[in-house]
Amino acid sequence: MTLLGSSPPRPDGAAKVGGTLRFGDDLPKEGLWYGATLRSPNPHARIRGLRWNPERAPKGAVCIIADDLPGPNGVQLLDDEWPVLAEGIVRHVGEPVAVVAAATMLAARQALGAIEVDYEPLEPTLDLSAAANQESLYTLELRSGQVEQELERAHLLVEGTYHTGYQEHIYIECQVMSAWWEADDKLVVEGSMQCPYFVHRSLIHVFGLPAERSVVKATPMGGGFGGKEDFPSVIALHAALLAKACDHPVRIAYDRHEDIIGTTKRHPSVVTHRAGVDAEGRLQAMEIEVVLDGGAYRTLSPVVLSRAVLHAAGPYRCPNVHIRGRVLRTHTPPNGAFRGFGAPQVQFAMERQMDRIGRCLGLDPLEIRLRNVLEEGDKLPTGQVMDESCSARLCLEKAARETDFQERWQHLEAKRRAPIDGESMQGVGLSLYFHGAGFTGNGERVLQSVVEAALLEDGRIEVRTAAVEMGQGCDTVLPMMAAEASGLRPEDVVLAPPDTSRVPDSGPSVASRTSMVVGSEVAHVVTEIRDRILDWWSNSQESGAAHTVEDGVVRRGNGESWPFRELARRYCETEDPLVVSRQHEPPEWQVFDEETYQGVAYPTYAFGADVVEVVVDPDTLEVRPRKVTAVCEVGRVLHERLCVGQVEGGTLQALGWGLMEEVKLEAGHYLNDRLATYIIPTIKDSPEMEVHLLERPWKGGAFGAKGVGELPMDGGAPAAVSAVENATGIEIDTIPATPERLLALTSAHRQVPSGPQDPKRGRRPGG
Amino acid sequence: MKAFAPRSLDEAMVRLTEDPDLRLLAGCTDLMVGEPEDRLGLPGVLDLRGLSELRRIEWHDDALEIGAVTPFSQIRDSPEVQKSFPALAEAASKIGGWQIQNRASLGGNMANASPAGDSLPVLLVLEAQVVLVGPEGTRTVPYREFHLGYRQTALGPGEIIGWVRLPKPPENAMQFFRKVGAREAQAISKVVVALLADVSDGRVSEYRLAAGSVAEVPLRLTEVEKAMVGRAAKAEIANLAGHLAAQAVRPIDDVRSTAEYRRFALEQVVRRMTLQLVRRVPE
Repeated sequence: MTLLGSSPPRPDGAAKVGGTLRFGDDLPKEGLWYGATLRSPNPHARIRGLRWNPERAPKGAVCIIADDLPGPNGVQLLDDEWPVLAEGIVRHVGEPVAVVAAATMLAARQALGAIEVDYEPLEPTLDLSAAANQESLYTLELRSGQVEQELERAHLLVEGTYHTGYQEHIYIECQVMSAWWEADDKLVVEGSMQCPYFVHRSLIHVFGLPAERSVVKATPMGGGFGGKEDFPSVIALHAALLAKACDHPVRIAYDRHEDIIGTTKRHPSVVTHRAGVDAEGRLQAMEIEVVLDGGAYRTLSPVVLSRAVLHAAGPYRCPNVHIRGRVLRTHTPPNGAFRGFGAPQVQFAMERQMDRIGRCLGLDPLEIRLRNVLEEGDKLPTGQVMDESCSARLCLEKAARETDFQERWQHLEAKRRAPIDGESMQGVGLSLYFHGAGFTGNGERVLQSVVEAALLEDGRIEVRTAAVEMGQGCDTVLPMMAAEASGLRPEDVVLAPPDTSRVPDSGPSVASRTSMVVGSEVAHVVTEIRDRILDWWSNSQESGAAHTVEDGVVRRGNGESWPFRELARRYCETEDPLVVSRQHEPPEWQVFDEETYQGVAYPTYAFGADVVEVVVDPDTLEVRPRKVTAVCEVGRVLHERLCVGQVEGGTLQALGWGLMEEVKLEAGHYLNDRLATYIIPTIKDSPEMEVHLLERPWKGGAFGAKGVGELPMDGGAPAAVSAVENATGIEIDTIPATPERLLALTSAHRQVPSGPQDPKRGRRPGG
Repeated sequence: MKAFAPRSLDEAMVRLTEDPDLRLLAGCTDLMVGEPEDRLGLPGVLDLRGLSELRRIEWHDDALEIGAVTPFSQIRDSPEVQKSFPALAEAASKIGGWQIQNRASLGGNMANASPAGDSLPVLLVLEAQVVLVGPEGTRTVPYREFHLGYRQTALGPGEIIGWVRLPKPPENAMQFFRKVGAREAQAISKVVVALLADVSDGRVSEYRLAAGSVAEVPLRLTEVEKAMVGRAAKAEIANLAGHLAAQAVRPIDDVRSTAEYRRFALEQVVRRMTLQLVRRVPE
């Protein structure tokens, strides 16, 4: 039987579609009070005075400021630099200065008016250019070969500077967290989060609680996209502090406006490329500088930068590479985790750079990529040698073949040069991308993820992980993986709720790691329980013969058979409780040197190639993507429908980021802090999508699955922008490519070169 | 908070006379996306959507009357509107999305008095009359005298918008509507343009042009109209029309777009509509 690759219905589907599932803000709680947050109106200011006037607040309302914290004023992520509440200085608009709680949401909002803050404005650093001369939040460097020397010797030098903007997660369910204190000073927190143990760690850090006196429960999530990796720790601390102060359960539920102004976003980036190529367009050397806007605090920026640096050279072969990465500090809200985690920004830049190199040499986007595509045996800048699961060429050729890319692109280039008034402009663009699977570098080794399985009295096996269902489908896929490995049925496996008092720390639900890492271990522990029961059964039988298990049925050679659950029930009746746990160990060959940035940064990589077709209105420059053909090689398809869904959803999110989503700031304030003004694609903006899933299993586990959650975020934007360039001839190095930006570029005469460049004058000006 | 849902226009007028601070509701699609404090702090609401007198599309004499709380979905689907006022049917189909069109109403769009209201330039070129119902009876004002300024209307105390009267348009005149938004649905216009025009004996005989999101109120672009009427209907006049339109407006940079882009898009759209007019190519 092969269950993997089929598409059984998801267990959480009916309740989600039917609207009966209770999310964090729907859960009833006796005596519940509500919290509200006072936020800084200044991007940078000293707090000269902060006074709570309870007589002016609704009766009973409580207020917490930094001075009231029982422990360190820091949210524990990589470090605890991010304050729980501003102390002495505010560093971004919207920074929490105080939190209040009252019996109703309206009363809580009114109580905010009883706080007086006296600010002394300080000079803010509002953008990357202003931050460039200041101390970085974090820096990294990666080097291979002789870059300067090879750039000198190259046939052609091509330069480019590429900019990407913020992106807001827009999960459907806004951030929500409830907290209460039970007898014996036990803290319970429940809400929408990707990483229960991240929240747990922050609570212990601030309250100084022993681990078992802090319980964190993840409620069903209405989307995460990374936005519920870092921020839930903040709001959980706020709710817990308030609950302690007012002696009631307290819930903080952000509305969309507060969610946009108060939570993290995708890092804006500026990536500068200098590439030396030979006469055939083969990359000889690349110098790449990656700059990310970290916002006011470090949060997870160092690991975002790490992934950015490791993906900056794209899935291409280049013997001499020098990559420098910096995260700069600005007085804007901190940026954090977002699907892709730094890789979409740098691969946008790399893909644009490849198109530019192609144009300088008179090569189309397919040809320039085919001449440089990474293949088995090639080395990444880290020295990692690509194994047989490297599929960049496979994806690229398939995407081109499915779409007649080369012919279409040439045809539309010609058509653009002979426009007909009123006729819409059409374009086609291509991208090639990859995504390292799982945590970066030694991350998985440090995490020491543990997964547990326990036999239940009814003969089912309870699987205990901290993996959280956020729409990605882990509640569907983890039992399928267990079933595939053990011969049991998915329904013989039951998942324990992600509650830190019931499940071990199997790591966060991030980095496309849940199926690949957690799923692998789930398959092991369930199989081990099966084996223990079969051994017991064999020993208790006189024959002691071997058994096989298929579809939940145990068979002996002589034709006798029993449902596995029946045997498991009998085991429970006579034997001690059976619990198996296992710690994840990355493959021993995955060794990475964090100092030199050499070694195996990821045990494997998923690959993809997108072809995007767009239509551009000749009058208004409005861009409409019409069709996307996405070819993704994901190692092994575990659940076909969910896998296609990940590719479709991620691709649309990437198109939104590339073409329309734009966070606008003025003096550190977000101007478009609601869904009426922060524009994301609707179903009517969604192009037809043709997804091709390819499989080149990797050897490390999880049936060869490589992780698919983030991969599709990497390819949509550069392919769409490349298509706009094909349609309009406007040279685009900044996203989102809104009509306003296209008009400004047209006014500035930014057009693609009309033919190959003279190598001696080949330096294309930096954008 | 007090909430009333009167069943007749008379009952509504009594309530409003008693309590002039009541907020009038005609679909709530603007109210519900505002600040929570705006909703939570309301003294009371008077929901007009149950008034059948204000929810109708019918001919009276030579004008089509559309009740103020008639939802855009009904306007969009009305054969009368589609036949005689295709620009209005088109505008109704481009407002928000289906869900919004089911709730949002023509009267609500007018009362909200946003410069970006999608139906408003159409009302300008159709030379709509607005019938206001008040404690003293009804009065009729031309729509162009109704929308006075940014979110300001000619509604007096105790008055509500009853219905609009759309005079039968000139026989054979062409109508155009174009909304330029940030996406295919659920977008607030960056620029919205309506044109009603006709050509006879080779010359432009009628040319009524209006645009929204290009000034603090939707504008009738009379300078363009004057320049166009009487001109030979040739493709060259399209460039002039676009150019003059761009000169006649005062757009701003805001969260939705830039002044530069709005001027550009208006110029291009007016040019395109005028080209279609002179070629008699229906949009």
